[in-house]
This record gives sequence, C-alpha cells and structure tokens, in this order.
Amino acid sequence: MFSWLNYRIGFFLAVRQIKRASIWTNVLITFVMVLTFLNLVVVSGILVGLIQGAVDAVREHYISDVIITNLNNKEYIENSPAVINLLKKDPRVSLYTARYSDRGTVEADYKTRIKETDKANITSASFAGIDPIAEEKVTHLSKFIVEGKWLSPGDYDQVVLGSYLLKKYLPIESPGFVTLSGDIRPGTKVRIAIGNVTREVTVKGIVSSKIDEVNMRIFMVDSQLRSLIGRNDFNVDEISIELKPGFDPATIRDSLLLNGVGSVAKVQTFDDASPKFIKDMITTFAILGNIFSSLGLVVAAITIFIVIFINAITRRKFIGILKGIGISGEAIEISYIFQSFFYAIMGSVLGLLIVYGILQPYIAANPINFPFSDGILVAPVSSSFFRLSLLVLVTIISGYIPARMIVKKNTLDSILGRN
Amino acid sequence: MIETKNLKRSFFSGGVETHVLRGIDLRVETGEFIAIMGRSGAGKSTLMYQMSLLDEPNSGEIHIDEHDVHTMSPEEKTKFRLEKLGYVFQDYALIPDLTALENVVLPLLMQEVPKAKAYEMAFESLSKVGLGNHLHQLPSQLSGGEQQRASIARAIAHQPNILFADEPTANLDNESSRAIMKIFLQLHEAGQTIIMVTHEEPYGAMAEKIVRLDDGKIIGIEKNKK
Repeated sequence: MFSWLNYRIGFFLAVRQIKRASIWTNVLITFVMVLTFLNLVVVSGILVGLIQGAVDAVREHYISDVIITNLNNKEYIENSPAVINLLKKDPRVSLYTARYSDRGTVEADYKTRIKETDKANITSASFAGIDPIAEEKVTHLSKFIVEGKWLSPGDYDQVVLGSYLLKKYLPIESPGFVTLSGDIRPGTKVRIAIGNVTREVTVKGIVSSKIDEVNMRIFMVDSQLRSLIGRNDFNVDEISIELKPGFDPATIRDSLLLNGVGSVAKVQTFDDASPKFIKDMITTFAILGNIFSSLGLVVAAITIFIVIFINAITRRKFIGILKGIGISGEAIEISYIFQSFFYAIMGSVLGLLIVYGILQPYIAANPINFPFSDGILVAPVSSSFFRLSLLVLVTIISGYIPARMIVKKNTLDSILGRN
Repeated sequence: MIETKNLKRSFFSGGVETHVLRGIDLRVETGEFIAIMGRSGAGKSTLMYQMSLLDEPNSGEIHIDEHDVHTMSPEEKTKFRLEKLGYVFQDYALIPDLTALENVVLPLLMQEVPKAKAYEMAFESLSKVGLGNHLHQLPSQLSGGEQQRASIARAIAHQPNILFADEPTANLDNESSRAIMKIFLQLHEAGQTIIMVTHEEPYGAMAEKIVRLDDGKIIGIEKNKK
C-alpha cells in the first residue's frame, strides 16, 4: 500500500503544494502549530515551575545542598565542633553556615501598655543565631531585606525580623496565628524572651522572602543567641552545607554518615529534607500539566483536522483529477501526511526556539511573581521532545484522516464536483 | 481497439431512475479518431467516462485491446488509466500547484519512469504542443489555450493506447480551438487512437467518424470525408 513510489510521489506533491501555497496560509498554520506546541510545553512547564520555584528557593535560601539537624530526641547536634571540622576538611564542601535555634516570644509596645490586663502585642517566634557573613554567603538572605539592613558580626542586641511576624506584612486575623501589630520598623525596640530570659533588642531589619521558614524567624548574631539560651559548648542546631559544583549531595550525605555523624545528627540531602507534601504538589501539578497538555493535543488534532479537511475539500476536484490520470490514492494521502508533518515540525522547531531561546532564559532571569513562589519555566529537553513527538504523531493522524476521507470519494464525482 | 457491449448507465435522483446510456455497442479500432456528438443530455460524456474507466457502468462490457477492463478492481483500473489511457478535460484539469512541466512529468514518475528520462519525455511532449518555452509556468500563468495544450501534453507524454478528450475546445476561443484540433489531427496522423466528445459540428467533422447519440442510444455512425 504505502510503497516507496507512493512516498516519492506524495513527497513530490506535498513539497510543491507547500511551496506554492499562499505565504499567509503557511504562516497561519505554522503559527497555530507554534501556539499548540507552546501550550503543550509552557502551560505544564509553568505549573510545575510554580512549585519548583518554591522548592528551589528553599534550597537556595534555607536548606542548601545538604542539611545537618539535631536528632529528634536531642536538643542540638552533639559534638558540633567535630562535625564542623569534618566539613572544613572535606574538599567537596564549598560553604556552610551553622545556626543555633530556639523558640521564644517577641513583644512590641510593652512600654506603652497601660494595664496588666491589656492584651500584649506579642507573638511566638523561632530564633536563629547565625554568623551573618557565613549565612549570607550560603543563603544570600540580605537580598530579601525589605526594611533596614542585614546583620553584621558586631551587632549586639539587634535582630532581623521575619515578615510573617508582622501584621503589616501578613494581615491575617486568626486566633491560632498572632502577629505583631503596629508600625514596627528598623529602630523599633522589641522585647524577646526565651525561657525565663528576656532582653530588649532593636529591630535592625525586616526580611521578607517566599520561604516560610525564613519569614517566621528572628535572626540574631550567634553569640547573642548563645548567651540568651546559655549554650556555651558551641553545639549548634542546624548546619546548611553548600557543595562545590558537580558533587552529588547524596554522596556527601553518605560519607558524613560513614564518618559517624549519623549518631549525633540527621544528615539529609535537600531532596531528603523536602516535605512530602512538596513532592506530592510537584506530582499533582505535573498531572495537571499533563491534563492541560492532553487538552492541547486534542485542540491541535482538531485544528489540523479542520485545516487539512478544508484544504482537501477545496482541492477535491484536483484530487479527483490526480486519481483520474492514474495517481494512486495512497500517494495523494501521503502528500497530506507530509504536509501535516511539515507544519508540525515547523511549529515545533519554532516553539523549541521560543521556549529555549527566549522564554526559559527570560523567566529564569525574571521569575513570575506568584504569591508563594518565584515561578520558573520547567521544560526538560527530554520531556519537550516527547511532547514534540506526540504533537507530530497526532498531527499526522489528524492530517491523514480527512485526506483519506476525500481521496476515498468517487473519482468522477470529485472531478465533476458532484456530491 | 476499444469495444463496448450493451453498456448501460443510469442514475438515481430523488428516488427516480434516469437512464443515461441504454445499451451502447460500439467498437473503435486502433488508430481511429472518432467524435461522439449529440444534443445536451444525450449521454456523450457519460459514455466517454465509462469507456475511459472514470465511471462504473451498471451493466455491460468494456474491452480495451486484450483486456476485459469491466472486470478490473478500482486499483487495477487506476493503474490501467495511468499506463494505457490519456485524458483531456474540458476545463484543462491541470494541478494548480504544479508547473506545466511538473503536471506532465507527474504521471510519468508514477509509472516509475526514471526521473531524468521522465523529465525528458515531459519536455518533448510539451514541445510537441508548442509549450517548450512555458515549462516552468504555473497553470494560472498560462492562457486557456496554453493550459489545454499542457493538458494534451500530459495526456500524450506516456504514449497512451487511447486518448480521451471531453469537449476539449468548449472553453476556448476559435483560434485556440483550431490549434487544439490541429494537434489532435497531427496525433491521429501519427497513429494515436482518439475518442473526443464535442458538440461543435466543425470540430466533430475533423474526426474520422462521428458517433451520434440521442437519449442514451447510438442513432448513427457517420464516416467523415478526408
């Protein structure tokens, strides 16, 4: 049926039909195919990228490549200096930042409260004691400072507040979630309390990112927090580790565990430490993306079907003539398959250029500002080529069916334009 | 040689059967040039469509040379049309996306004539009808007469056993019509079998014989004087 001769003749006809079609027809069909391809790749890519942006932000600005935290039954990482020594010696480790942490409260307006019975402007918070320089090198949090400045090593009695602790940044009225009201800004005095120790400190800055863990914290210089919680043994609560490029976090995790770190701390790669709901969300959004892509494929199929059907029906007379002079129906059908293939490939190639030449780099440089993440475009090459193949296949089938419908009509009826 | 025996064709429309051919017995010898004539609705074109295998008769037989073509499958008929028959239609029926040369070469390529040879044959055929200088023009760039000549070039390029022409001059002016008929006469002189449907007496008179039809039956066969 589909002999080499039929392919040759089909190609002969298709090339000339495309070449001599109106430029606007070619542009329009190609444009439709480009949009279809973008619909297939970009919609799902943005959906996945929306979550991936959040995931990447947590990695870049909080967990880093590997994180060491205290065991569930321990207050802190025992023998932290020895663990840190291991990191210092490991050539695969680029940077690390160690944090002390504890929970406590922060209170504002305590000087202006008239009666003891008046409700205090207070909220609970997680405190992070950090080396400001090391933290900045690993997590670059200073770029999220929205008011004031990031900490310096000599900042005594100064804190940087996470924006979710302030009503002006998170205007939520909920009995289970209390924020500090009023105009709290750099220079404002607040009272912090951890256990029985209280201290008056000055707000140096306010940090607002799209990472909840950062926004819920109060950052202060590590020596300050150590003195507050009375920890003099230099045992820390978490260590975020950034690796040199090309090293697999799982390998570092395994070698730290081999060195006995597992007996005093949890060692997790970024992936291990990602909450299950995040992984579930990525899967969910990928499924949603696939559903939208499938709809896109159906739309593409219908579009091509209509385009080829109209093309074939308006050329029915010529199809009849071709059959009349002895050109096989298969060769004519193949000519339409080639045309569909051409438009699908043209659209897809242009689509690929747009995705990888324009959209992906642009969105990477200018992430989409979603409320909970800086959305990026996730479009792995393998996935894009899979979608391209699907699009080409669907297009070919959608081009073949109408062509066959017209070719199968009675030759003489086609020539004479009879129904 | 082409021969029909008791060829019948009718059409149904709105539940009514219209008999267009009511049993045609006709024999055309190899090398003959015949004109099928008759008033409108007499069945001229329908007869030609049956003989040229573009349509299926309701009953009857068609023999072309040693082939019982009425028994052939649609695929066999397509191949037979490609190899043995040539067509000239009233409205030229050239493929608009193909140049004159491509229109002529296409059936040759379908017959698996080697590419270079096919283009050579197509060129010769177009030159024969005076279109040697219009090879790369699209049908839309040719006049009506030139398009019909290109159509003839396509029909004769593979040297068919029989050349069918359905009202080949109907859409042309007198000058172009005469040019077309002159080509037919030259082809006939070279031994080409031609079956032409026409309603124009002067052109019918140029054929060797006129087969007159009326109401789906042959009412007479006239031999023209040379």
